[in-house]
Amino acid sequence: MTETKKPTNGISRRTLLKTASAAAGLAAGSGAITGFPTIWAQNPITLRQFGTGVSNLNAIAEKCKADLGITLEMTATDSDAAAQRAVTQPNSYDIADIEYWILKKVYPAGVIQPMDVKKLKYYDKVVPLFKTGKLKPDSVIAQGTAPHTVGFVEKPGTKTFAKGETQWFTMMPTIYNADTLGIRPDLVGREISTWADIMDPKFKGKTSILNIPSIGIMDAAMIMEAMGNIKYADKGNMTKEEIDKTIDFLIKAKQAGQFRAFWKSFDESVNLMASGEVVIQSMWSPAVAAVRSKGIACKYQPLKEGYRSWGGGLGFAAHLSGAKLDAAYEYINWYTSGWVGAYLNRQGYYSAAMETAKQHMSADEWGFWVEGKPAKGDIVAPDGKVMEKAGAVRDGGSFDERMGRVACWNSVMDEDRYMVRRWNEFIAA
Amino acid sequence: MATMTSSETEKIEGGRAKSFRLPPALISYLQAAPLALILGAFLLLPILMITVVSFWDYDFAQMYPDFLTMNYAETLGSWVTWKTYLNTLKFAFLVWAITLFVGFWVAYFLAFHIRTTAMQMVLFLVCTVPFLTSNIIRMISWIPVLGRNGLVNSTLISSGIISEPIEWLLYSDFAVVLAMVHLYTLFMVTPIFNTLMRIDRSLVEAARDAGATSWQTLTNVIIPLAKPGMAIGTIFVVTLVMADFSTVQVMSGGQSASVALMMKNQMSLLQYPAAAANAVVLLVLVLMMVAGILRIVDIRKEL
Repeated sequence: MTETKKPTNGISRRTLLKTASAAAGLAAGSGAITGFPTIWAQNPITLRQFGTGVSNLNAIAEKCKADLGITLEMTATDSDAAAQRAVTQPNSYDIADIEYWILKKVYPAGVIQPMDVKKLKYYDKVVPLFKTGKLKPDSVIAQGTAPHTVGFVEKPGTKTFAKGETQWFTMMPTIYNADTLGIRPDLVGREISTWADIMDPKFKGKTSILNIPSIGIMDAAMIMEAMGNIKYADKGNMTKEEIDKTIDFLIKAKQAGQFRAFWKSFDESVNLMASGEVVIQSMWSPAVAAVRSKGIACKYQPLKEGYRSWGGGLGFAAHLSGAKLDAAYEYINWYTSGWVGAYLNRQGYYSAAMETAKQHMSADEWGFWVEGKPAKGDIVAPDGKVMEKAGAVRDGGSFDERMGRVACWNSVMDEDRYMVRRWNEFIAA
Repeated sequence: MATMTSSETEKIEGGRAKSFRLPPALISYLQAAPLALILGAFLLLPILMITVVSFWDYDFAQMYPDFLTMNYAETLGSWVTWKTYLNTLKFAFLVWAITLFVGFWVAYFLAFHIRTTAMQMVLFLVCTVPFLTSNIIRMISWIPVLGRNGLVNSTLISSGIISEPIEWLLYSDFAVVLAMVHLYTLFMVTPIFNTLMRIDRSLVEAARDAGATSWQTLTNVIIPLAKPGMAIGTIFVVTLVMADFSTVQVMSGGQSASVALMMKNQMSLLQYPAAAANAVVLLVLVLMMVAGILRIVDIRKEL
């Protein structure tokens, strides 16, 4: 299913000129006559962006049009369709907004061209997680398709990823987060501290995991390892034996009635939690916020084994060149300059260049979302809805505490097809 | 039909242009052409394409034209497929049996116990009222009724009948069958009602005059005459249940599998050739079932 979103707010020629002249005047007035941002309104440029939808936000397209004059045409697909489209229709998009594990699949097809970091204005501000895999110099590198492992190539045209940091960046990270289990603190009746708790017989028939094979298997791996059933060499790239062991365990748990349901879409996970059908389950952070907004207690519980993380970025289509390529670089530089980052941070995600985003957030917002401090006032989502009342603290704490404790990244395995087949057996069992 | 129309055409043609005359055979073909074209383009061609694709090779991104039996070998060689087919057949059987029972009695009541035709029509329309909303809504509205803290459980608990909520009401095979019966009973009521209305009342009177009890009348006169309606209803219900995926997924909470759901999973992972192979297997199976029904009951008798 593909949904095409076009920012059709019908900018008339008049408002366009007004915005253009206002921006030009502003640029001249502030003395910042560096030529940035170039107003593309005189020579209209359209960039076609497709992707998994998390960051396909109309607000970003509108702001981009206003700031740069670049029209963004956004198409949202699910991740498997995104991977397919990236490879089979490379001329149908200019910018690919995909997750890192998808990049690992599609980059070898030669459909994405790397970016020259010298042209990226805020490259230095990108958090080191995406360059070295370590948030802090002493962090442990997580398993799975960690973004830095697919983040660089030696030179344009090569199809293999570079070992370390180079001049050629495959994707500019946009949005990422650390996932864990969601719980109903009022119904679990005890401390939840490990992934293994979801298998507690006490919660029999009151748990759920997500039925998206590539992500569900990672949650299952976290559970297996936490229970001490197995020690994976790399959770993100299991061997056939490891897959068998994991799935067999899941089938046993399912037949014993441990799970209430398996969810596939965001709203299913919200309803399962809100109705009290389950008390502990795999969850995504906006779903936790949605349950809470109904006035129902729900916690995104940090666990001692760490988080399962995911991240996406923007990549350039191989066919981009000339003015369009320049516009694409400008778009990336605008994307990382702060406004978008602040917007994403306010939704509970993280942005790539945290420093620039900080300038677009209030001290209280920054304190709540990023530093893990109690909110001084009400925390408001970008659409104006109150997300948290004053005094609330973000589950899991600060950015460093959360992203510093990533145990594995979403990934694509060499035995992908075998894993999916076994996963379907688990669902049918 | 064809000969009648062609002779009519001849009369008209004969009156106007004597030299221009289409051969009768061609006229018949022309008359059959619109339906043949529509069925060919929208039914046969897609099925042919599905069959062709089911022999292709694929990876995560693309399909490669080829002639492989791998997709069939993988489909038929896996215990998941067999289990899923068994599960789907189980649903089909349960739903069929219940809808046939409920549907027959509803139709019987409408046809024989309601005196006026106007009232019959009013009550029949009442049966169709739920169908004014979408399938999905009728299905999903069961969730708040059956849930752990749903209407049924909270009523039973507050009236002191049970102390713990009943878990198997929702996200179970029971929930799937319940929702399907709710969704599909009307497909059984309508054709049976139709055949019952055509039964000559004098047959019932004759049976009574000959000394038959009501039960004997029912089993010896009414049910045999209602068979074509039951067969049509059965075809509707069985094909609907065999092809269902949303009811199974939603009402079983993703815990149960059906053939169509398996296909949907494969398609969402872009494994189109595998899904196509599955579709062909399902098509063959359903066609065999329909052929079986038609062998037992001659539905043309009453149409």
